[in-house]
Amino acid sequence: MSVEMESRSSNEQFARVVTAVFLSRMDPTVEELDDVKTAVSEAVTNCIIHGYEGGGGTIRLEAEIDGREATVRITDQGVGIADVKKAMEPLYTTKPSEERSGMGFSFMEAFMDELEVESKPGEGTTVTMKKRMGKEEA
Amino acid sequence: MSEQISYEKRQGTLYLHLPPEIDHHSSREIRDKTEEYLRESGIRRIVFDFSRTTFMDSSGIGALLGRYKRMKERGGSVAVCGVDERIRRLLRISGVDRLIPETKEA
Repeated sequence: MSVEMESRSSNEQFARVVTAVFLSRMDPTVEELDDVKTAVSEAVTNCIIHGYEGGGGTIRLEAEIDGREATVRITDQGVGIADVKKAMEPLYTTKPSEERSGMGFSFMEAFMDELEVESKPGEGTTVTMKKRMGKEEA
Repeated sequence: MSEQISYEKRQGTLYLHLPPEIDHHSSREIRDKTEEYLRESGIRRIVFDFSRTTFMDSSGIGALLGRYKRMKERGGSVAVCGVDERIRRLLRISGVDRLIPETKEA
């Protein structure tokens, strides 16, 4: 699945729902699907607030299923992250005045099995997350 | 979404009945509307009612912490109620459960 959407906050819900619908064929538990929805919401919100800094832009959401493993990839062509390691520290935020909790990457890490962040200042950011879901095969 | 937030003021406490989904989009209204109410005098406590809420991300955590700091500055307090296991887990992971207690009232 590949979807492109405008960078606007009303699309956060759209991104969560479309991902959940796509992954529902894996027969996941409600909790597993909620975990992915939370992680997608965090990643898309980061694109809107940090990547495009509230301005216009396009967010690409891709998802694929390989057996019991789901991969979700979220990409922006925004400002990028100069220090990814620092950005991933719990409670670290560059926007405290906007009441950002600095927990976005922590939530992605907590709710997904794998998280990879690739970013280049001036070129954008790609977040790739993986999670094993669904029932074990007999 | 945002239009599903409702507010109620009873004896110095502002009750916020939160929407089904709390994300960056809806948390802005929670922040802005709460600030409007806080301009009125006499609110010493905020209770966030999660009874209807089934989804929250870290934007909601930011909004809660923002209101906690604001009430602390005013010498007031903040509590949460109607929290299910999923929301409780988010409050625990973010450490918010150590700052904002749960109450049974709604």
